[in-house]
Amino acid sequence: MAKELLKVKDLKQYFPIKGGMLGRTINHVKAVDGISFNVYEGETVSVVGESGCGKSTTGRAILRLDEPTSGEVEFDGEDLLALSKRKMRKKRKDLQVIFQDPYASINPRQTVRQILEEALDIQNVVPKAERGKKIADLMETVGLGAHQADRFPHEFSGGQRQRIGIARALSVDPKLIIADEAVSALDVSIQAQVINLMKKLQREFSLTYLFIAHDLGVVRHISDRVIVMYLGKIVEIGDTTSIFDNPQHPYTKALLSAIPVPDPEPEHKKERVILQGDVPSPIDPPTGCRFHTRCPFATDKCKVDVPELRSEDYMKEGHMAACHYQKEIEAGTHTAKY
Amino acid sequence: MAETTDILVEEPILEVRNLQTSFFTKEFEVKAVDGVNFAVPKGKTLGIVGESGSGKSITSLSILRLIKNPGKIKGGEIIFKGENLLDKTESQMRQIRGNEISMIFQEPMTSLNPVYTVGQQISEAFIIHQNMSKKEAMLRSVEMLELVGIPSPKQRVKQYPHELSGGMRQRVMIAMALACDPELLIADEPTTALDVTIQAQILELMEDLQDRLGMSTIMITHDLGVVAETCDYVAVMYMGKVVEYATVKDLFKNPKHPYTVGLLNSLPRHDIDLGEEDLTVIQGSVPAPDQIPEGCRFAPRCPFASDICHERLPHLEQSEDGNQIRCWIYTDEWDGDPEVNVNGERTS
Amino acid sequence: MFTFIVRRIIQTIPVLIGVTILTFSMMHLIPGDPAQIIAGESASPEQIELMRERLGLNDPLPVQYFDYIRGVVTGDLGNSIRSGRAVSSEVFLRLRPTIELAVYSTILSVFIGLIAGVFAAVRRGGLSDSLVMIVALFGLSLPNFWLGLMLIQYLAIGIDIFGINTGWFAASGWGTWQQQVLPVLTLGTAGAAIIARMTRSSMLEVIDQDYIRTARAKGVKERVVIYRHALKNALIPVVTVVGLQFGTLLGGAVLTETVFAINGLGRLIVDSIRARDFPIVQGGVLIFALLFVFVNIAVDVIYRLLNKRIDLN
Repeated sequence: MAKELLKVKDLKQYFPIKGGMLGRTINHVKAVDGISFNVYEGETVSVVGESGCGKSTTGRAILRLDEPTSGEVEFDGEDLLALSKRKMRKKRKDLQVIFQDPYASINPRQTVRQILEEALDIQNVVPKAERGKKIADLMETVGLGAHQADRFPHEFSGGQRQRIGIARALSVDPKLIIADEAVSALDVSIQAQVINLMKKLQREFSLTYLFIAHDLGVVRHISDRVIVMYLGKIVEIGDTTSIFDNPQHPYTKALLSAIPVPDPEPEHKKERVILQGDVPSPIDPPTGCRFHTRCPFATDKCKVDVPELRSEDYMKEGHMAACHYQKEIEAGTHTAKY
Repeated sequence: MAETTDILVEEPILEVRNLQTSFFTKEFEVKAVDGVNFAVPKGKTLGIVGESGSGKSITSLSILRLIKNPGKIKGGEIIFKGENLLDKTESQMRQIRGNEISMIFQEPMTSLNPVYTVGQQISEAFIIHQNMSKKEAMLRSVEMLELVGIPSPKQRVKQYPHELSGGMRQRVMIAMALACDPELLIADEPTTALDVTIQAQILELMEDLQDRLGMSTIMITHDLGVVAETCDYVAVMYMGKVVEYATVKDLFKNPKHPYTVGLLNSLPRHDIDLGEEDLTVIQGSVPAPDQIPEGCRFAPRCPFASDICHERLPHLEQSEDGNQIRCWIYTDEWDGDPEVNVNGERTS
Repeated sequence: MFTFIVRRIIQTIPVLIGVTILTFSMMHLIPGDPAQIIAGESASPEQIELMRERLGLNDPLPVQYFDYIRGVVTGDLGNSIRSGRAVSSEVFLRLRPTIELAVYSTILSVFIGLIAGVFAAVRRGGLSDSLVMIVALFGLSLPNFWLGLMLIQYLAIGIDIFGINTGWFAASGWGTWQQQVLPVLTLGTAGAAIIARMTRSSMLEVIDQDYIRTARAKGVKERVVIYRHALKNALIPVVTVVGLQFGTLLGGAVLTETVFAINGLGRLIVDSIRARDFPIVQGGVLIFALLFVFVNIAVDVIYRLLNKRIDLN
């Protein structure tokens, strides 16, 4: 097995809520509430879930864009949370991020060349004399012409700007790229181009991706492994095929069944589970299993006991789900209430 | 050969013919909707699908004549129940809006007025169109909230939009749109801003209400999955024009326009494992509005484009099955490979 | 709501302390010996020493400050040097015209400002929009006292046009409406201009919102769309400006009252500065500051009532 590049252990990210007469902290938004996972070198791990599940917060916490409340983040054998601010900045060379809206994260008054030069400058990995060539190479690598380097970001289309974002991330030869909804804002035809590009770059530069997304079609196509989150917790984790073809957690099943398929007469008309209600607030998450308020299989036990991630003997290695009844549901001895 | 303007659909509730809507900037005219034709069969759902810049949303706003400066409806006809909406006065249009034709929008977060309760906002439709008293209208609003599946509607009716979740707000939007029992509902990306489990709830609700109330629907979306699940007919738009109009079954089983084929192929699907294979992509990107191609709008990105495609714009032509296609490949004038099969590389 | 008001009042405590420190130190920042000034030019050293003792000027500063605070809390702001009467009664006597002037001016500027702002916003980019904005810019740039003098010249003293004298209003005093029109106009113009500009930009922002499109799609009349759906939202930022404006008005009142010879607090302060009647100045400034603080609390409350999105707690 490949080397573990990123180890996240019991990561928690609570955001305080101020209020009351004197503006004290009266509660917390438990955005990420104790999650653990590993990412191996060269693989793509996707974190999926609906808004408020904590997937983006997880990415930000790993990068220390927000300081995590507690937990451990080990990257390439080093504890990121123990690093000083200065050392962390240095370390960011190895952990790059691509956001959903590349335009929001680049200076509109800089040309692409200046943007890339700045990135190279900060991390100082390429000698000054070679930077011009490096920039030309980067532009070609992400499918833009080297001659476009002196244009401003607004002269590019959305898809091209995302390529600029990728070029900037690549410029410092990172080990891990965290892509936070990197292709979500793009039109289908452009999205496909960017996905193909990201896969190509992964092969060429043996990159590791932590891919945060809500579009499960994209996730299936790009990932080796998938983490499903719900209200700040991991409910299921496993290799892509297991998650999509053999989901164990009722939430994963509902999520997959809710996606409309571009086929008016699917071969096997799947049974759609339509979940009732909304995702509860992460301020006062439900006790026990957080999904119990919407779960068609929930019992009294689910309201009290917090289920742990575990594997069953019929599940593939590394595939784990956090449901008290996963085995019974699989065997058909525990049935849905609606 | 003339442009097809008549669309053979039995009993259309709405027919759009050669609709043109443009936006005027100082330098040039952006032809957002550039000669669009389609029909909505009574009681059915028509999907209008396309990527950003295709003109699908502008088309829907044009139907209700809600285009604002610097936009302008330049020409065409919008025939609703036998009458051209473009000939109506503004006050006649107000009688139609929210009454005979209603609309719901993409962003439930921003589409409701933050300073009025949901009850006040639904009531308004009753008060305007049915001359109800405030009290009566409020009672009917409670019934509408119940109809769209909002729990404890008597309490909810007094709440402000920010007190509701996104899914609940979209239900409120639907309640408001359906208040006066419209004959046509235009839904502009109604689930795009929602999470997928909430989207499933809203789509199910819309389908159920259509069954019960019998209205016709135009579903505007970029999501081919939503089209497949909710629509009976589809119009695919690209750069302000309809390139293909077909029944949902035909479109997905046998897409004809290279753009439609390209869209279907570039969509990564959660239910199909492509393994290590790359997605089939449409090359390039949509040209800027001031650089509209001479011939077929799609020619610069089309893998099959031949000389004629770059020179002349193809017409939207109807085949025997009632479907329509705007592509030279299916005409006698086609000058490219006679054996071309646009569906050759379909993966599903 | 109650918690919010209480919290807001608690939050003003540091401001009030700051204000009292400022007014307190006025006494000590003025050039010369306050005791000398109060006792008068011809006072003997013994009389000055007596005065210093009476004023507590020999005590350490913190003690003097707390004495002062005790006075403020109990309403004892000292005595006027000129009249010898209690500062509090002198100040309160003059407070009414000032408050009336500020309130009427505010009403006028809100009224004109809102109408002009909405009018301009609805005709965005048109000729009437530009006209309104140019007039507003003028209104904003006219110095208060100059406008007052001009109004007196043309509408109080009056000029003859076709045999009609335009001297319709009174040039001084405060009581009848003839006396009130010109000062209110003088003081309200700048505010009206600011509110017009603010309303216009706020309306323009609101008009492009999705919920305005929703209202139109519902078949709502354009007039109702503007006044019911848009204006109520556009008012939210305007309210804040009105609150700040009120403070400016109080300041402006000093000039306006002087120009129109109104016996208000502003003029009292100006006269007292001239007469070196510092206890009065101190008291007057304190009252102004208190008024400003409480008007802003009121504005905050209105803001929250209008803006349903803000959780009151």
